[in-house]
Amino acid sequence: MKLLVTLKRTPQRDARIRIAEGGDSLDLDNIQFEVNPFDELAVEEALRIRETLGEAEVVVVTVGGEESQQQLVSAMAMGADRAVRIDGGGTLDSLQIARALAAVAAREEPDLVLSGKLAVDDECGQVPAMLAGLLGWPQANQASSIELSADGASVTVVCEVDAGLETLRLDLPALVTADLRLNEPRYASLPGIMKAKKKPVEVLAIEELCDPGATRSRVTGFRALQEKPPGAILGSVDELAEVLVEKKLI
Amino acid sequence: MTDTLIVIQAASGELGKSDLSAVGFGLELASAAGGQLDLLLLGPGAEAQAGPAAALGARQVFTMGGAELETYTAEVFAGATAFFLEGRSYRCVGAATNSASREYFPRLAAVLDAPMASDVLEVESVDPDRAVFTRAVFVGNLLATVELEAPRVLVTCRASEFEPPPSSEAAPIEAVDAPGGLAHPGKAFVGIEAATSDRPDLKEADIIVSVGRGTRGPEEGIPLCERLADVLDAALGATRAVVDAGWMANEFQIGQTGKIVAPEVYIAIGLSGSIQHLAGMRNSRTIVAINKDPEAPIFEVADFGLVADLFDAVPELTAALEKRSG
Ligand SMILES: Cc1cc2nc3c(=O)[nH]c(=O)nc-3n(C[C@H](O)[C@H](O)[C@H](O)COP(=O)(O)OP(=O)(O)OC[C@H]3O[C@@H](n4cnc5c(N)ncnc54)[C@H](O)[C@@H]3O)c2cc1C
Repeated sequence: MKLLVTLKRTPQRDARIRIAEGGDSLDLDNIQFEVNPFDELAVEEALRIRETLGEAEVVVVTVGGEESQQQLVSAMAMGADRAVRIDGGGTLDSLQIARALAAVAAREEPDLVLSGKLAVDDECGQVPAMLAGLLGWPQANQASSIELSADGASVTVVCEVDAGLETLRLDLPALVTADLRLNEPRYASLPGIMKAKKKPVEVLAIEELCDPGATRSRVTGFRALQEKPPGAILGSVDELAEVLVEKKLI
Repeated sequence: MTDTLIVIQAASGELGKSDLSAVGFGLELASAAGGQLDLLLLGPGAEAQAGPAAALGARQVFTMGGAELETYTAEVFAGATAFFLEGRSYRCVGAATNSASREYFPRLAAVLDAPMASDVLEVESVDPDRAVFTRAVFVGNLLATVELEAPRVLVTCRASEFEPPPSSEAAPIEAVDAPGGLAHPGKAFVGIEAATSDRPDLKEADIIVSVGRGTRGPEEGIPLCERLADVLDAALGATRAVVDAGWMANEFQIGQTGKIVAPEVYIAIGLSGSIQHLAGMRNSRTIVAINKDPEAPIFEVADFGLVADLFDAVPELTAALEKRSG
């Protein structure tokens, strides 16, 4: 069985991101980066499936510049077997990224593609479903549990949907995105980190894989949230009850 | 190509508040583009909801139901919408952000080869070849301007940021037959486990009482908060810490990984106000926080704060409000 995990390099989850002077870009100079937390869950899930099966290959793939090599190595330090980096050059939009990933999926022919449900930087959450759409594969979003059938031909996935928990069965090949309660990602071990440095990373230019088409979605500027005036700290429960009633809030 | 189509997932029951807001969003898109709005209701509730939907200012309402649309799946909804769009030209195709549109809209975007903007907060402009929107990024800490350059774009909206339209003259309703073969042969819907509750739905409620780890669970503080919610006829919400602990089900989680809400009043009890939680509630009209730690970040966004032990303050507040409402 082959598992393909898509991942993205994103600023550390609790980093305070500021807007660069001029407002059209971000000041990322002193920011640490990591594997997008939701993608990390996808990596972990792939490793667990491999452990259950005893044998499987876990390939991680990212679309990004040289700097995202670091995040591929992090995933391999957790235990992924090898990595593919697609160098896009410049800014790519979600559909272009999905096209590149679809080309990798066509080459690698994985049984299951795992992705994070969302990247915590742009928070678009588009690429996985676009990828499933391009491949024509069944998809399941926001998984909190994934179970492989005994014959290895399908997965049963529990998804966190607005109304509760939905259960779907997908025949492989399929694509599933990870939500937070899917698992708890492991930390890379020291030997894992040493080994990761020797694991292969294949680097491909996007044009070698596909015609990515034009970039048609762009972020052209940033704004800070409007500052909220500080609120009132009240002295007692009675005061709070009074405010709520008086302001006709309740 | 100046018209807008809003797609509504019509499960059984009435049109929800976020459906109404999505129509309001659609009217904004249509007016920005200088065109008109049509609605497409998909699912078993389409016919029943068409009447009310027709009185919201759209030019025309289309419905599509049938066996394959009985239960929602991303593949069927993307396929049905793509089928509907064949031979019809719309400048913008939109929907409210929810767990369904989060998956079937990008799938549709890939099928249609159209760029997409997710969960937008504002419509800035819609010109013939460029559409500009504002959306939140970095856990809701920054606003980004997004430009889509294509004659047809897909866009989902954060429903809480758009107003439901006033009622207007009834628009014509047309039933469209669903084509066969929409269902993906490799996907089966097994079932859904939905919490049944007498309380208002999180996305519909005017008041939300939200509980954090500080409540110490269903044996201790949560029942106190439930009583407060009952007195206020409020919905209950929770932080991730509460859901992860198994104290409340996942559909109650508010925040980056849960629901995004903006009620009239949000009462945060025993929760710290992590950035991921704030991402789901910071646009609430009035925020009230009860926390024993004066340094808790929730106070930075609260309009009214009470530094107190929730185990004393919540029952007292419930009693005080009960007395006042008499
Ligand atoms: C990728 C990612 C996504 C996430 N998504 C979400 C999300 O969608 N939603 C979400 O909520 N979190 C999310 N989180 C988790 C988030 O970072 C916090 O861990 C979580 O919100 C904390 O929940 P809490 O406020 O209930 O708990 P805590 O942070 O532990 O806060 C408990 C609070 O209760 C107060 N307290 C304790 N006892 C009392 C008392 N007796 N009386 C009054 N006050 C008391 C304490 O002072 C404290 O402020 C996410 C995290 C990550 C990394």
